[in-house]
Amino acid sequence: MARITAGITSSHIPALGAAIQTGTSGNDYWGPVFKGYEPIKEWIQQPGNMPDVVILVYNDHASAFDMNIIPTFAIGCAESFKSADEGWGPRPVPDVIGDPDLAWHIAQSLILDEFDMTIMNQMDVDHGCTVPLSMIFGEPDKWPCKVIPFPVNVVTYPPPSGNRCYSLGESIRAAVESYPEDLNVQVWGTGGMSHQLQGPRAGLINKDFDLAFIRDLIEDPERLRKMPHIEYLREAGSEGIELVMWLIMRGALGDKGVEELYRFYHIPASNTALGALILQPEGIGAAPPSVREQVDA
Amino acid sequence: MSDKKERIDIHEYLAEFDDIPGTRVFTAKRARQGYHLNQFAMSLMKAENRERFLADERAYLDEWQISEAAKQAVLNRDYNAMIDEGGNIYFLSKLFSTDKKSFQFAAGSMTGMTQEEYAEMMLKGGRSPQGQRSIKGGY
Repeated sequence: MARITAGITSSHIPALGAAIQTGTSGNDYWGPVFKGYEPIKEWIQQPGNMPDVVILVYNDHASAFDMNIIPTFAIGCAESFKSADEGWGPRPVPDVIGDPDLAWHIAQSLILDEFDMTIMNQMDVDHGCTVPLSMIFGEPDKWPCKVIPFPVNVVTYPPPSGNRCYSLGESIRAAVESYPEDLNVQVWGTGGMSHQLQGPRAGLINKDFDLAFIRDLIEDPERLRKMPHIEYLREAGSEGIELVMWLIMRGALGDKGVEELYRFYHIPASNTALGALILQPEGIGAAPPSVREQVDA
Repeated sequence: MSDKKERIDIHEYLAEFDDIPGTRVFTAKRARQGYHLNQFAMSLMKAENRERFLADERAYLDEWQISEAAKQAVLNRDYNAMIDEGGNIYFLSKLFSTDKKSFQFAAGSMTGMTQEEYAEMMLKGGRSPQGQRSIKGGY
């Protein structure tokens, strides 16, 4: 039986990809960001921790979906996915290799569970999907596991509610657990944390909000399920709404409580407050990385 | 069969967005207004279109059903004005990427600060939410 063994959150900002590409990931500005990911990179390479499949929840940034088609929840069911050209030329990363059998199984299960999914049999993936892979797997010739891209609309309002996202995560968990193959599956929730990329208020960061969000992602997800969109907008900036995607990851870890294996929080990464976590459902028992926390003072 | 659903009033939901200082939320109204502008920006995902646009921006823009104000905003690289015309930052990112500029450059350009001042603000922890949450409430 397949099972969900961990949830990871990660930023997906394009500047991280640019830092890798331009060889500046060790400089004074980016060095602390990449150092913050080192424990995740090491942890995931330990025996038992490398997933067979990652369900990678992200938002498409007007790359696969233009103004003509705006799916709220989509699932990539293709054999593979190419890196999108977002105006710079495609990020030079390996194709993302999917798991069509598992993806279709999840899609069918979710639809029966009353989540009306959009099924993508052809899709390019943008920085939302590929930057987290680069941050956690580095620069391999091919990605070390299969990936099911799972785009969520957080661009055109209204995006899905936090409650809906959490419930979707619960249904993803049930779908994975009903898949007969013995697979180690992780769910990654990407984006965030507080940031605003537009208008005179651009650059907004709210550390108190972010740290409370991390705390309650672990301790009190019920509070976050009820948080209305306006609160994200007021407190975490217009693009902070991406954090609803973390709730899909959290819902997929089940309702028995989670163990925090690692926490990284850093300001700034370009316009953004960056949060990266490793969480695991109770009872999995993977050892944490040797460094447990890197949080800016 | 299940608990009665609590419904959100769409009018109240949307009205609250106008109360956030310095922010244009990408609602259906803006999405409709900016449809052609955003689709123009999407077209810059193709290298041949980027070349053609950069060779003669005005001629390229004239191929699209975009308002004159939006065209001027593009020509001036005035991102606030583009957003006022219904542009969305993720669509417009194709334009600043075509210019080889970053999200930080584009975001900074909308604040009235110089790039240096904006970068410095981010290094110091970003813009505080204090007084930036609500126009009416002033908090």
